[in-house]
Amino acid sequence: MSATTATATAGATAADVRIPLRGHLRHTGALIRRNLLWIKQDPESMFDALLMPVVFTLLFVYVFGGSIGQALGGGQDGYVQYVIPGMIAMMSMTLSQGVGTGFSQDFNSGVMDRFRSLPIGRGSVLFAKITVELVRMLFATTVLMIVAVLVGFDIHRWGGLFAAVGLSAVFASSIMWVFLTLGVILKNAQSVQAMGFLVLFPLQFGSSIFAPTKSMPGWLQAFTDYNPLSTLADASRGLMIGGPVAHDLWVTLGWSVAITAVMAPVAVHKFRTKT
Amino acid sequence: MTRIDNKPSGAGNAVTVRGLVKHYGETKALDGVDLDVREGTVMGVLGPNGAGKTTLVRILSTLLAPDAGQATVAGYDVVRQPRQLRRVIGLTGQYASVDEKLPGWENLYMIGRLLDLSRKDARARADELLERFSLTEAARRPASTYSGGMRRRLDLAASMIGRPAVLYLDEPTTGLDPRTRNEVWDEVKQMVGDGVTVLLTTQYMEEAEQLASELTVVDRGKVIANGGIEELKAKVGGRTLRVRPADPLELRPLASMLDDLGITGLASTTVDTETGSLVVPILSDEQLTAVVGAVTARGITIASITTELPSLDEVFLSLTGHRASAPQDARPTDAREEIAV
Repeated sequence: MSATTATATAGATAADVRIPLRGHLRHTGALIRRNLLWIKQDPESMFDALLMPVVFTLLFVYVFGGSIGQALGGGQDGYVQYVIPGMIAMMSMTLSQGVGTGFSQDFNSGVMDRFRSLPIGRGSVLFAKITVELVRMLFATTVLMIVAVLVGFDIHRWGGLFAAVGLSAVFASSIMWVFLTLGVILKNAQSVQAMGFLVLFPLQFGSSIFAPTKSMPGWLQAFTDYNPLSTLADASRGLMIGGPVAHDLWVTLGWSVAITAVMAPVAVHKFRTKT
Repeated sequence: MTRIDNKPSGAGNAVTVRGLVKHYGETKALDGVDLDVREGTVMGVLGPNGAGKTTLVRILSTLLAPDAGQATVAGYDVVRQPRQLRRVIGLTGQYASVDEKLPGWENLYMIGRLLDLSRKDARARADELLERFSLTEAARRPASTYSGGMRRRLDLAASMIGRPAVLYLDEPTTGLDPRTRNEVWDEVKQMVGDGVTVLLTTQYMEEAEQLASELTVVDRGKVIANGGIEELKAKVGGRTLRVRPADPLELRPLASMLDDLGITGLASTTVDTETGSLVVPILSDEQLTAVVGAVTARGITIASITTELPSLDEVFLSLTGHRASAPQDARPTDAREEIAV
């Protein structure tokens, strides 16, 4: 390799190269393709995105719908209108865990070492994971809306529906940085899943997603009022059905920005320094 | 550290390592390692589990930052120029691997794209390397359905996509059966023939003997010897004389005769029943002459008589004071290991 000698002298003094934007896009694209191929090779990995919206909608509407609806004053039909916007929020949270478990698998299989020994930006690997997870989320939301219409949900505002889905996606991508971090620091996919459940379960149920917070004790209300999942669910409701939106919207966006600002650098740092 | 062959550093070196240190708390994974790999050669880094071999490879492939010391690969500094460095290396290892869920072709295409090949070039390179590593028929199958040997070949193909100047092979045949191991060795030999510089880590003497032209022996984070394989063997000194009488019943009488003879400085002889031969460690030409003389004087028929340089296992033993082979590893043992040293 006579070329090596030439680079040897040239390389000694030069600083490290920067990766151009086009390069980042190419790398992210190649990795998105990879993550999509995973789904193609293993269609079962889409079961959660397909079945969760169905199971949860039927469960909540038919098991709790009657009694909560009665308290709300609209019966089961009224509860459908209440719970569906919240379900969009819940679904996006649960699915965002997938980035963490997928990442953990990559580390344990050794393919991550291959990526990290290639001349690509570390962010490409993270962004590709997030992008594909958002695609999965969109798929789940579509399934959810089909089931929702079947159980009697009225979509009167298409614009509001898209805005609500968009807001959920924004918030979910901020939460994904948390799961990416967990995926990097925890030993295996099971731990990521267990930890994710511990974080998400109280957040999801200690919120206004499934029932109004008015009847909850004061200390719990204090928690639910600051829980971003409550504001996300309330904002979605406002957008899809009508009513005041601005406050919940801004609080949710504020949380998204804050979580991303803190967790994205942490995730990238943990990813870079993982040994 | 025993330096046998003092190679000039700098020009002509594909890899230069100086005083490399990596500690994990109290554990010194690397404790001041120096290493030079000349362009176009295969450097074997030999050592038992936990000697620091993988840590060295991980630092040289920018996966791990050193605590102290310097390392350059193809002229690029591992700490200051990681991106340029990554462009000129290939990594195949125990750990660095392929994506098992992806078909072989997709794995190679993806890496091509990550190395900034155009779509067309990435496709062509994937086809070419699958052909080259005899994986064309399995191209569309997920790598998880591949046999161990096929997976290593795909791994090798993946590391060759960017036509690297330096290739790291981190224990490339660990966990493979002997037949597959030979297959991988043949592939590596071909790649070396193409002119790539290789840094090979291994815990198997046989592997280093097969592939490497030079050797660095590491133990507990330190280089304990380096040089050409033959030089290392010669340095450790001593040859082994093997005498195989036509009649195996002659073995034991022959052994006790030699022990009783009292040749100056001759260590005790061993009987290797598996090969039906007598093994005599020889330290000098005088000893050799005396032993051969005594054996022929006895007037028995001799089927074969050979002298051997010590095996690398013996080299390691004499350098470190302990055996190199990891006890938990179920690897078919070399016949020579049966003999007490």
